[in-house]
Amino acid sequence: MAKERIGVYVCHCGTNIAGTVDVAEVSRWAGEVLKDRGVVISRDYKFMCSSLGQELIQKDIKEQGLTRVVVAACSPHLHEATFRNACKEAGLNPYLSELVSIREQDSWVHTDKAVATEKAKAIISGGVERVIWQTPLEPLKVPINQTTLVVGGGIAGIQAALEIADAGLPVVMVEREPSIGGHMAQFDKTFPTLDCSACILTPKMVQVGSHPNIKLLTYAEVTNVSGFVGNFQVTVKQKARSVNIEDCTGCGICQEKCPKKVIDDVFEAGLGYRKAIYTPFPQAVPKYPVIDRENCTYYLKGTCKACEKFCPTGAINFAQEDEYLTFDVGQIILATGWDLFDARRIPQYGYGRLANVFTNLEFERLTNAAGPTGGKVVLRDGVTVPKTVGIVHCVGSRDKNYNNYCSAICCMQSLKFAHLVHERTGAEVYNFYIDMRTPAKGYDEFYQRLLDEGTHFIRGKVAEITDAAREPGEEGKLIVQVENTLIGKQMRIPVDMVILSAGLEPRHDTKEVAHLFGISCSADGWLLERHPKLDPVATMTEGILIAGCVQGPKDIPTSVAQGAAAAARVVGKIQQKEISMEPIKASINQDKCSGCRICNNMCPFNAIFFIEDRMVSEVNPALCQGCGTCVAACPAGAISGTVFSDQAILAQIDGLLLKNVKPLEVVAG
Amino acid sequence: MTESFEPIIIGFTCNWCSYRAADMAGTARIKYAPNVRLIRLMCSGRLDPTFILKAFADGADGVLVSGCHPGDCHYVEQNYKTMRRFYLLKKLLTQMGIEPGRLKLLWASAAEGQIFADEITKFTEEVRALGPLNWNPEKGFVAEGHQINHVEVPA
Repeated sequence: MAKERIGVYVCHCGTNIAGTVDVAEVSRWAGEVLKDRGVVISRDYKFMCSSLGQELIQKDIKEQGLTRVVVAACSPHLHEATFRNACKEAGLNPYLSELVSIREQDSWVHTDKAVATEKAKAIISGGVERVIWQTPLEPLKVPINQTTLVVGGGIAGIQAALEIADAGLPVVMVEREPSIGGHMAQFDKTFPTLDCSACILTPKMVQVGSHPNIKLLTYAEVTNVSGFVGNFQVTVKQKARSVNIEDCTGCGICQEKCPKKVIDDVFEAGLGYRKAIYTPFPQAVPKYPVIDRENCTYYLKGTCKACEKFCPTGAINFAQEDEYLTFDVGQIILATGWDLFDARRIPQYGYGRLANVFTNLEFERLTNAAGPTGGKVVLRDGVTVPKTVGIVHCVGSRDKNYNNYCSAICCMQSLKFAHLVHERTGAEVYNFYIDMRTPAKGYDEFYQRLLDEGTHFIRGKVAEITDAAREPGEEGKLIVQVENTLIGKQMRIPVDMVILSAGLEPRHDTKEVAHLFGISCSADGWLLERHPKLDPVATMTEGILIAGCVQGPKDIPTSVAQGAAAAARVVGKIQQKEISMEPIKASINQDKCSGCRICNNMCPFNAIFFIEDRMVSEVNPALCQGCGTCVAACPAGAISGTVFSDQAILAQIDGLLLKNVKPLEVVAG
Repeated sequence: MTESFEPIIIGFTCNWCSYRAADMAGTARIKYAPNVRLIRLMCSGRLDPTFILKAFADGADGVLVSGCHPGDCHYVEQNYKTMRRFYLLKKLLTQMGIEPGRLKLLWASAAEGQIFADEITKFTEEVRALGPLNWNPEKGFVAEGHQINHVEVPA
């Protein structure tokens, strides 16, 4: 093998690396000690990823005739593509470069400069040994399916679907509930502008329902996903609506006539009723109702059929069955949203025990003109207007007993509630907060407005809400026990109504969703983004994007922004027409293959097939995802993998253990 | 030397979970023992037992194998294959006279930087307690191990 000409580039990353690693020494060492291994030039530079840093490499490739490049800097997940591109532009095949991490794995996690410097040398030595064995490769191009699957029809999913569909590209939207709209459809007003939630949301819902590029499946769930970016196959379970949508006009007579009332735990948050055949709310999209078979008298007792009797178009179909539909899609956006923290988990706040303790979602329905009280703010008895109201922030959030994170929306939501209570009842309002967090556009101004309106703000975490009166003034009231931490005094404040601003939690089945789509959850259970700052809508799995609260608690503007951002990603990818795939693939040397077929069942992508007449196995590169399990498993050593070849990995082990430089040191000594 | 014995550990990570756990530990500046040197594979399923034997033969005192949690594998289920190989290999190492405590399997998700760092520090101390492996390349047994260098593993 001809001797390679290797360039080593050690990045300072400002002081991120240079603060802990003696970069000049590392660079000198690589140039001198690794000379024998083919290193012809070694440099250190302040920021290798800057254009000047890249030009440094490119100049050396051209002038020094480098055949391999090793950059010692940050994680390959950050800048591998940067340096590969730089090499490519200078005429060196990008796969002949290696980025080794001396930042995330060295300078950032160690404190002893001498030790970190020695470790950096070993890491670079590993990279040098490894890069020798790399071969020139070309990325594989595969066509991309233009259709996008959007899972979840809340505001984030709606925004994403509309952006993509408006770009002229097909979308399949799957929503679990009978209607799209998500949590936003339940709200009355939105902070800080106090826009009517329905007024701004329903036009978008209608657009989704009528868009020629959107196929909308509600009352449906994704049950299976296979394939990879550009070419996913998804199976969607369309639950039986028991209504033929081709015949249904959405007139609503069935809902009027249905004699069975059911407490609506989902849309009305348990405050109101719906029928057994229902649309969740009047502006539902699509307009077709569903029969809730668990509560429908016909399914329970075999008689009734009132809806069928009165349906003017004969659309009711009791015999309808669940259907499984399959779609080929190129990319997937997950916007499955959040669940409300169950306030019953904090027993001292009395929710579920004390009638006039409400959750935020219940209060949203109370204030909503289309809600169970027609927008009247009243106590649980349905008539009494409260004279004093307490609003408790951070219920289940910023609390190490429940969730450590801040739910992001509760401060503003609580301020909105305070305003609405004040406006509709003239009641005295007490807000109990830990810290007031109002960071977005117009938010703090809204807080100032509430201060001017005369809302009482008490800084302190509520200890208890009780109906046990100690003084005459407390009788028949709910007493909020709290330490006012600004004056250092315990207080008991009697109120008629308490609203708990319960936090946002990951959907109860987020783990299963992550598993289904092959992505991960972060420690607190939300879906994990590729990068928390620079890539919040992408996931580790190419082609699967996330938007809205499924990534973490956020307000409507941010959810909308994420939906649009995910859509831009999708459209951008489709615009490329082809997907460039990493050429990390396995291949089988057919002269060595004994036809044992061990590898055949090893591959989860069915990329390995057996050729009966020649009794050997072969890899389909279009299906191979490059995990390398078959390479490791082949007892004949007939399977090899690109980029992560046996030779490259074994050489890297040598390098990391400085196996090849030891004799040199002896010579030097 | 034994008083200030600093073990050298080779760690294998998968590209998707455990390498990102290492990245996360870095980004969060979580400090851990500097004794581990990592090799990134696409999947822990890529881990040929040869790699581990090679690391020991080359002078590593310990080897860490890390991947996604069972059920979270980016390649569906390949980490289960890693797990099977791991226990087989551990048995083999014991038969070869290497303490099983020199080989560690660690599942770490991309969000578990803290766990990754803590486990490395813990493992480093465990290997330190075992002392140097001292597989002498000049002696016959390891010369055989050295053959592994040439990749051609007999079937």
